[in-house]
Amino acid sequence: MMNAVPISWFLTLSAVLFALGVAGFLFRRNIITVFMSIELMLNAVNLSFVTFSYQHKEVSGHLFTFFVMVVAAAEAAVGLAIILTVFKNRSTLNIDDVNSMKN
Amino acid sequence: MQLWLIPILPLAGFLINGIFGRRFPKSLVNTVAIGSVVLSFLWVMKTIFAMGDLNTPHLEHYFTWIQSGTLNIGCDFLVDRLTIVMLLVVTGIGSLIHIYSIGYMAHEHGPNFGGYYRFFAYLNLFMFFMLVLVLGASFLLLFVGWEGVGLCSYLLIGFYFDKKFATDAGNKAFIVNRVGDFGFSLAMFLIFRNFGSLDFAEVFHKAPGATEQTLTLIGLLLMVGACGKSAQIPLYVWLPDAMAGPTPVSALIHAATMVTAGVYMTARSWVIFTHAPGAMDVIAVIGIATAFMAATIGVAQNDIKKVFAYSTVSQLGYMFVGIGSGAFSAGIYHLVTHAFFKALLFLGAGSVIHALSGEQDMRNMGGLRKKIPITFWTMVCAWVAISGIPPFSGFFSKDAILLAAYQHSPAIYWIGVFTAALTAFYVSRAMFMTFFGSYRGNAHPHESPAVMWAPLAVLAILSLVGGFAFPIPEFLKAMFPAFEEAENHMLMYISVFAGFAGIAVAYLMYVVKPGMADSLVQTFKAPYNLVYNKYFVDEIYSATVVRPLVGGSRIVLWKGVDAGLIDGIVNGVGARCRDVGSVLRLLQSGNIRSYATWVLFGSVALILAMGLFGGLPR
Repeated sequence: MMNAVPISWFLTLSAVLFALGVAGFLFRRNIITVFMSIELMLNAVNLSFVTFSYQHKEVSGHLFTFFVMVVAAAEAAVGLAIILTVFKNRSTLNIDDVNSMKN
Repeated sequence: MQLWLIPILPLAGFLINGIFGRRFPKSLVNTVAIGSVVLSFLWVMKTIFAMGDLNTPHLEHYFTWIQSGTLNIGCDFLVDRLTIVMLLVVTGIGSLIHIYSIGYMAHEHGPNFGGYYRFFAYLNLFMFFMLVLVLGASFLLLFVGWEGVGLCSYLLIGFYFDKKFATDAGNKAFIVNRVGDFGFSLAMFLIFRNFGSLDFAEVFHKAPGATEQTLTLIGLLLMVGACGKSAQIPLYVWLPDAMAGPTPVSALIHAATMVTAGVYMTARSWVIFTHAPGAMDVIAVIGIATAFMAATIGVAQNDIKKVFAYSTVSQLGYMFVGIGSGAFSAGIYHLVTHAFFKALLFLGAGSVIHALSGEQDMRNMGGLRKKIPITFWTMVCAWVAISGIPPFSGFFSKDAILLAAYQHSPAIYWIGVFTAALTAFYVSRAMFMTFFGSYRGNAHPHESPAVMWAPLAVLAILSLVGGFAFPIPEFLKAMFPAFEEAENHMLMYISVFAGFAGIAVAYLMYVVKPGMADSLVQTFKAPYNLVYNKYFVDEIYSATVVRPLVGGSRIVLWKGVDAGLIDGIVNGVGARCRDVGSVLRLLQSGNIRSYATWVLFGSVALILAMGLFGGLPR
């Protein structure tokens, strides 16, 4: 059954998802969208990890996926908290307005 | 024999007074300062008696100071007959002047309040270095003392450091001495190059084997050093200005001891000089020229200390005439008697200045004979001694020098005799202007305390009897090459006559007809102005040496090298860094997405590179 879907398709999907994540990160202004783009890139990487893990019949790819998921969960918790605080203080979600560290 | 105690005692006094003196009462400062010097004097006496036979030099080796390649310099002290003479002069007169200073400095206050302990600390430090100079058994150790006394001279000339003329005079003394020290250093390099050692014994043992050319060069360079320290033409200009220091300093350092270091050094190096007749001639000519020129300047000065300062320069010239004529012991003889009577003249002048609450201009003195009789009578002793009146001390030593000069060159003798007359004249002039006639100032003269006139009295006795009581030439006979002094009574009568003539002329001009001096000045206006302004030597030096040097330093070294080159490099490096930074900082936009773009470009570039070059480097 698995043989029906070639390995390159998974990797292409992963690359497309990653590229979408990068594009979203670079071109969107809303912090939440940027944040979701990061999650998208992480999951694209997860997909390639799992793919290679299956290909090479090795478990370390799975292990890294779990690590990435843990990091992503922590990041989501901290990141969302930061976003909430930023919104409370500045009433904006536009990342170009959050530049008080400049100068 | 523990020679090291002799210099170490004053050094201890310096350390104690210098470190703790601020908290000491004056009496304790006095005890430490005078005690250390007097103990040093007593130890010198003990050493002399312990030596017994003085003909073998006594050498003490303490440690190896410098060991580098073939250069081996030990910390060695040497005592022979010449050293004994110098030690007695330095510690003996040093003790007297230390005692005198108690009285002289007692009223020091104002901005220098607290300077009391500082004065005595410096004086003790001076004694230490002077004794190292005299005791050192190598040229380098002598040079240590030589530089040390120069430092103390600088510190004490500028003792009243809140007065600009005093600090200027200190700087002048220090800088002019650097010129001489440069010559001395070169002489030491040459000595080491030719003889492979700086120890007196070894150098003087090998010196006769060297070529005359080498020895002449060494001798002339040593003389450059002596010219600086002993104030000879062309480097004498610092000594008259050095009178800005307290008067005991003028007496101790700038009359009796330090300035005679050059005479001591040349006499110590007699082996080199006797094999370099050319250098000897130069010394004799410099000596007589200095003696004559300084004496003429002394004739026209009105500041009592300036008169005696030029007199010191002139008398040092006599000593070099003795050395240059080959009569080394006569030079040392005059060094000793001069130390007696010139220290006395200066201390007496200090007593006069003290009595008049700081007045130094002789035009505001006069008639002090009755008001400060002890000072007057002690100074009379110095007066007859320096004028060369027999049988007082100056007569013997000056006569010995003039006799030697006559054998060397009659021309030098005749100039010397004329200078002797001038000497008698200007000292008499100073005495008459100060003590005779009627008082022209408005202070209230008072006799100095006993602590001041007691040293004066001792020096007065020494000035009177020092000539025949201390027959230095006899004492030093074994040290120096035999010098046949022809008995020539005619020459002796001439020089004595010159002394009397000088006194008589001064008596005529300043006592019998007080207006005569002024009318003579009117008649001989041009020559008077020339000597009154010290031949404009300071002005000439200023125009030819000082100003070009200062101007050159300002334009080339300061504006050019320092401000232009060095500052330019430093500032240029800083400015280029700023320029590069101002370009690079454009990358730091503070915009997260631009950073992300750079990260993206970076990673794409990395992946492309890995693809092109076939994966990660192994």
